[in-house]
Amino acid sequence: MATIEMTGIARDPEGFLTDPAQWNENVAETIANEAGITELSPRHWLIVNYMRDTYLSTGQAPSIRALGKESGVQIKELYVLFPKGPAKLAAKIGGIPKPHGCI
Amino acid sequence: MTTMTDHDLEQLVTPDAREVPKPIQKVSIVISKGSLEGIYPGLIMANGARMEGMEANVFFTFFGLDAITKKHHDRIKVATVGNPGMHIPTIVGAIPGMSWMATKMMSRKMEKLDIPPIPEFVEMIADSGAGVYGCKATVDMFGLSEDDFVPHVTGVITGGEFYEKAAGGEIVFT
Repeated sequence: MATIEMTGIARDPEGFLTDPAQWNENVAETIANEAGITELSPRHWLIVNYMRDTYLSTGQAPSIRALGKESGVQIKELYVLFPKGPAKLAAKIGGIPKPHGCI
Repeated sequence: MTTMTDHDLEQLVTPDAREVPKPIQKVSIVISKGSLEGIYPGLIMANGARMEGMEANVFFTFFGLDAITKKHHDRIKVATVGNPGMHIPTIVGAIPGMSWMATKMMSRKMEKLDIPPIPEFVEMIADSGAGVYGCKATVDMFGLSEDDFVPHVTGVITGGEFYEKAAGGEIVFT
């Protein structure tokens, strides 16, 4: 997996990108690596892209409920793919701000 | 009179107080009430914990057990009597259909916020890997059996076993 130097990429204290436009696939893989995901599988990408696309088109990250219903990956698998919190981690890898919804 | 400088004040703070608190790794939540407003907070907290990557357990006891029994889990209602938070006179809250109506209204608002109905929420929490437990004492008291529970229940355990499962984490009673 291609990890890169993250200098010049603006991030908040928790590591979320502050400007989604600075994102690319190498950035995604580098952040995934930091979070302990050594390989982004096609299932990971499905979620990361779904999170990112939803945020870019609606201005809001989807809830975990919506993620489980609409992304094509169910809740159980979401937590297998992203054990440290699917919505939060997929948002971070997808280069969008931390989701603020309660669900 | 001498005034204290920032440096002096800094000296007064013990090293312990300056340490950043460790993040919570695990929570075990007790849900003991059977009303809508008694059940949702615990579910939201449990789901929120899993979303943050924390380990989570939910222990349903007394009327909280209604949230995981097939007979009651899809008909949990808001208490419109004895609930000052409703801001309606008790006598109005007691009118037949009032609780049904308040529940309908609240459910609609929650649906808008993407908060699932209780049966779906319990399933979601179980699927997220949280432990979903019923309280043995209550199960015996109400004369319930395994068949009475929704399939997402991890097990029926005693208070002692709950403490074992909660070991090393925070306990939240609701």
